[in-house]
Amino acid sequence: MKSLAELQALRDSMKGRIGVRDDAEGNIRVVVGMATCGIAAGARPVLGEFTKEVEKRNLSNVTVAQTGCIGICQYEPVVEVYAPGQEKVTYVKMTPEKVAKIVNEHLVNGKPVTEFTIGANTK
Amino acid sequence: MYRSHVLVCGGTGCTSSGSERIVSALEKEIKASNLEEEVKVIKTGCFGLCALGPIMIIYPEGAFYSMVKVEDIPEIVSEHLVKGRIVTRLLYQETVKDDTIKSLNHTQFYAKQKRVALRNCGVIDPENINEYIGMDGYMALGKVLSEMTPEDVVKCVTDSGLRGRGGGGFPTGRKWSFAAAQPKGQKYVCCNADEGDPGAFMDRSVLEGDPHVVIEAMAIAGYAIGANQGYIYVRAEYPIAVKRLQIAINQARENGLLGKNILGSDFDFDLELRLGAGAFVCGEETALMTSIEGKRGEPRPRPPFPAVKGLFGKPTVLNNVETYANIPQIILKGADWFAAMGTEKSKGTKVFALGGKIHNTGLVEVPMGTTLREIIEEIGGGIPNGKKFKAAQTGGPSGGCIPAEHLDIPIDYDNLIAIGSMMGSGGLIVMDEDTCMVDIAKFFLEFTVDESCGKCTPCRIGTKRLYEILDKITKGKATMEDLDKMEELCYHIKANSLCGLGQTAPNPVLSTLHYFRDEYIAHIVDKKCPAGVCKALLSYVIDENKCKGCTLCAKVCPAGAIEGSVKVAHKIDTKKCLKCGACIEKCRFGAIMKK
Repeated sequence: MKSLAELQALRDSMKGRIGVRDDAEGNIRVVVGMATCGIAAGARPVLGEFTKEVEKRNLSNVTVAQTGCIGICQYEPVVEVYAPGQEKVTYVKMTPEKVAKIVNEHLVNGKPVTEFTIGANTK
Repeated sequence: MYRSHVLVCGGTGCTSSGSERIVSALEKEIKASNLEEEVKVIKTGCFGLCALGPIMIIYPEGAFYSMVKVEDIPEIVSEHLVKGRIVTRLLYQETVKDDTIKSLNHTQFYAKQKRVALRNCGVIDPENINEYIGMDGYMALGKVLSEMTPEDVVKCVTDSGLRGRGGGGFPTGRKWSFAAAQPKGQKYVCCNADEGDPGAFMDRSVLEGDPHVVIEAMAIAGYAIGANQGYIYVRAEYPIAVKRLQIAINQARENGLLGKNILGSDFDFDLELRLGAGAFVCGEETALMTSIEGKRGEPRPRPPFPAVKGLFGKPTVLNNVETYANIPQIILKGADWFAAMGTEKSKGTKVFALGGKIHNTGLVEVPMGTTLREIIEEIGGGIPNGKKFKAAQTGGPSGGCIPAEHLDIPIDYDNLIAIGSMMGSGGLIVMDEDTCMVDIAKFFLEFTVDESCGKCTPCRIGTKRLYEILDKITKGKATMEDLDKMEELCYHIKANSLCGLGQTAPNPVLSTLHYFRDEYIAHIVDKKCPAGVCKALLSYVIDENKCKGCTLCAKVCPAGAIEGSVKVAHKIDTKKCLKCGACIEKCRFGAIMKK
């Protein structure tokens, strides 16, 4: 390392990687349903895609986690997004292809992708 | 990116309770579940709650698992890491809240703590420099080299009010300014990591959990005083600390954070380790430097002080590990931030190693001015088995005992000295009603007799004579004249010893004598040990009315001192009795007593 700028750059890239250990309560939480039903319906690739996208954009305020069965097994894979101060948004019948759009529009710009939500899919 | 981080404590406490095996079981199980690319296992430094080890935290949930066993690993992986279901039965009890997890920071053990020196311990992988850098590591060094003059650095440390954490409490900034004021030329920066007080393990935990902080701070000190070489004197009995320090030094060199032209500046600095061979006196600054020079570790008179004539006769700054651990934060956050914590004359926080008769044995860091009661009753969780608090011992063999009446005194350097103890390096041993204060004083004296280097007479011979009088007292053979003689001897040793070891060696005696004189008198006049510890003054007696004649005690007695037949009350022959206590443990009827 030859300069302070280099050190700062390394720090910033590391921050995103260890940010998951922050107990910060203001983080956006992306929770993927990973019970038997979720896994069977293909939740694993969805989870993987979320972590990849979040890393790519260096979103240090987002944590990706899993949870058990939510009880709407017919809509699995289910992903829930908890943003502080907002109502929970539930995405259903998720695929890895849908992930980028959610990350871009919802996690970065704060606009839920209505067409993928449970509301749009039960009508 | 890893979506989940599993932090396993790799401090000495948890390592000895098996955390290495936990890590390998975890890695195996994670691989078997195909999670290697999603879940990262990190071996960290000490979390502080050593009593509950091995400890593991899983993020992002922040689930705090305690007393984890290898058999629990498959369940943790398949339930928590695969399905996201927290294994509630393994959670640290206090963090279980309805169906969610309470943050660790809100538990009784952590709520009142303020982690400055320990901020990275249990958070980062100490063997990975990048994680330290991710926590703003080496940014303080960067700031110093690019924006501050050496004078600015000394001023910042002086203004922060930081005082030496090794025990003496000398203002760190002043120490640095003395060395900085010496003419240009060869100077040295040293770190005292020869933590030798019985029961103290603060420095070890910093070195094991966050070794880079010491390296960064020493480089900053080097810049401030104009030194380009440093030595860390660490005891060889800390193998994990030594290993991680060496890894850290190598990584810092590889990254250009030690060596020539650090971060593009014209400042050079490098570090070397020196291992101590286990002599307590080598924690004394002049003895430590003599030992680094390769000579027998003996102290020498001061002045000249190390800042003027230290290592190899050159101006030297020597600070303790915990002192250094505060420096980068002070540089980054400013002197005012640091000075806002603590009391008027003792700024910042202090790390204590809690031990003895207390629930939460472990490491705590609290702002100066916190009371002993808060540390023992709230953070420490009080005394086990409903026993009564008797005294707390601070400062190890140089310190003294603090009785219950002083529990509410805010802890800082000056208050502790005023009540006859001292901050010391931060060992805090809690004692309950079953502790004999004369026996404790004897224990510490035995330690100083062993560790006295023998260079000066008051310490070499004085502590030995002091020990002999204490021994006489615990055997019931002393007179009241001995007590007066002992007190006089204490003052002689204090006044005439060459170095800190001897000057403070009588403190455990003087403070127990001050607060618990009646216990000494009970030993001398009544020939009784009120706490029931000193064997020579005890006799074991069987209560005839309670004894059912079950013969268990007679069978277990190794000396054959108990006589009696079935269904007839037994009797102990006090001449044969070894006072081992085996009979008391066996008796189901509570018929045997110590008198």
